[in-house]
Amino acid sequence: MSTPRQSPLGSALALAMALFPLAGLAQDAAAPRSVAPLPAELPDSGEPTPPSPVVADEAAGTPGLDADFGIGRPATAEEIAAIDIDATPDGQGLPDGRGSYAEGKALYDERCVACHGENLKGIPETGGPALIGGRDTLAGDKPLKTVESYLAHASTLYDYIHRAMPMDAPGSLTPDQVYAISAYILGRAGILDETAVLDRETLPQVRMPNAEGFTADPRPERL
Amino acid sequence: MPDLPFSSERYGPAERRMAQALVALENRILHPRPTEDCACRQGMFPGLSRRGMLLGGALLGGALVARPARAEAPPGAIEYPVQPDPTREQGRMILDDGGYGSRSQFENEIRWRYPTASLDSSWSMTPLASGQGIITPSGLHFERHHGGIPNIDPQRHALILHGMVDKPLRLTMDDLKRMPSASRITFIECSGNGLTEWEKPTLRTVQGTHGLTSTSEWTGVRLSTVLAEAGVQDGAAWILAEGADAAVMTRSIPIDKAMDDAILAYAQNGEALRPEQGYPLRLLLPGYEGNTQIKWLRRLEVGDKPFMTREETLKYTDLLPDGTARQFTLTMDAKSVITFPSGAMQLPRPGFYEITGLAWSGRGRIAEVEVSADGGKTWAKAALQEPVLDKCHTRFRLPWVWDGTETVLQSRCTDETGYRQPTLAELVQARGTRSVYHLNAIQSWRIAQNGEVSNVHA
Repeated sequence: MSTPRQSPLGSALALAMALFPLAGLAQDAAAPRSVAPLPAELPDSGEPTPPSPVVADEAAGTPGLDADFGIGRPATAEEIAAIDIDATPDGQGLPDGRGSYAEGKALYDERCVACHGENLKGIPETGGPALIGGRDTLAGDKPLKTVESYLAHASTLYDYIHRAMPMDAPGSLTPDQVYAISAYILGRAGILDETAVLDRETLPQVRMPNAEGFTADPRPERL
Repeated sequence: MPDLPFSSERYGPAERRMAQALVALENRILHPRPTEDCACRQGMFPGLSRRGMLLGGALLGGALVARPARAEAPPGAIEYPVQPDPTREQGRMILDDGGYGSRSQFENEIRWRYPTASLDSSWSMTPLASGQGIITPSGLHFERHHGGIPNIDPQRHALILHGMVDKPLRLTMDDLKRMPSASRITFIECSGNGLTEWEKPTLRTVQGTHGLTSTSEWTGVRLSTVLAEAGVQDGAAWILAEGADAAVMTRSIPIDKAMDDAILAYAQNGEALRPEQGYPLRLLLPGYEGNTQIKWLRRLEVGDKPFMTREETLKYTDLLPDGTARQFTLTMDAKSVITFPSGAMQLPRPGFYEITGLAWSGRGRIAEVEVSADGGKTWAKAALQEPVLDKCHTRFRLPWVWDGTETVLQSRCTDETGYRQPTLAELVQARGTRSVYHLNAIQSWRIAQNGEVSNVHA
């Protein structure tokens, strides 16, 4: 991460903001910037004034797409951490915490069962899909794609529950809860036994039945 | 329900239920109630009377739609009295519409919602049959959401770029608009476009069979510009794009695509993005399947491997007959369809008609479109209407005289790479019928002796 460049326009900017405290300018006001914000519209000019795209001071860079524009500001570690929620197959991004099958069952019955059903086979009326079953159906006439039959990585299960479930309160589950629900689903799928505990070390080691089920795109060489 | 399509065992219960509901919906819209006086029923267009349309719209919404101020007008229009003789009195005053504009009260095209079980996760289809030129009006651009449409204040929205970069960045909408802009006209197509048509002709209209593709002019900042600003590190190969919707929708994008022609788009057809298209910011990946073009974009993370999100493993992969599935089938292959005449229209009599339709390819420009009026036995080269753009809907036209006998109309396109649109039989031979996504086969429309146009496999 680099240090922010010093702004030659800093004082002018501060003055502009004092005069025109628009929400958008105030948003990042505290952060050092090296480039002026978009031109502000004068209040109540009485005449429509389209915002001007002309930039007063672009002397620092050669106009062109490869210029170093100095636009934006460095993202802080805290800002990144607040939304960097993805978890990948190698375990990167998995948070601290742990959860067991038993804890997961209790949570599932409270938070998940309404859509996915007591047997984890889904509930058609809600659109909630089946989570388990379907092994050995993928090459048949009625393929059933579930966590058990189709997913290649356990990290995908964690990642998706954490980011988007449950439907009525997405993003509300803690890491412990997501580990526990993942352990319960994988347990019911027969992929883990009921004593398994999932955490950032054990989850990436889970071997999914369809781990080798995916191939690269052969198009356009092949149809 | 043995009398309906999708009785095949090969469809899952959810797919069958959705498709049957859409079939029922189409029937409801296309058959106005008996009391309806619809002069157009014997004409070429189906009976999309205003009342039938409004009925359909309300049902599509699944709830009572908020009524416009002047209730009789179709969505996007204002109802005004029709003047007996507009030359004998002054017209209405300027800006009566509030300063934004509205369409004529006599125009009533709308998107149809595909009736999934959940209103939060669904898609709507563009009415291609009545489209002109190549641009889709923003209000008719197809939609696909995975967690509803978020309502985002642009002043509080920012894009964070991090991962394998020298300088992680936080960019506000003002920041992005300060950077050099780029603009292009390009199509976006959902890879599920046509998913009901693998096994048998199922939906009746071109809106149902092909309505998940639309074209707009998109404006924003080149992603390569922003990546250069941050400094991409050696070894970077994939970028995770993430939305700020309830699905926190994510896809992995190859960095070559990001550096090639990707745009961080904040505008569509000359104005800010529509909320349902990702306001205030979406990723635009010309020629890629629609779901990768993350809307409400809040985060880009540069990495060395794909991130294997749910949408690129459990969904948006193409299952083959041997039980394996193709993954990261990102590019949309060349495809064309005749939009006029098309399903559920009726030709009133033999005589002259101009066949027209759209062709597009995710790999480049359309080089040629051929049309057959005899079920594929002979082909004639259609005229391509300018502009013919890279990765863009291209309008084709061909004059045709119908002699009143039963026949089948088809179109097939070839793009500038030499790829020619396959027949359905060729596609099924290669992929079976269960891959769901990426159906780009030749579409057949049967003209019956009485002029009725229907969806067939031929």
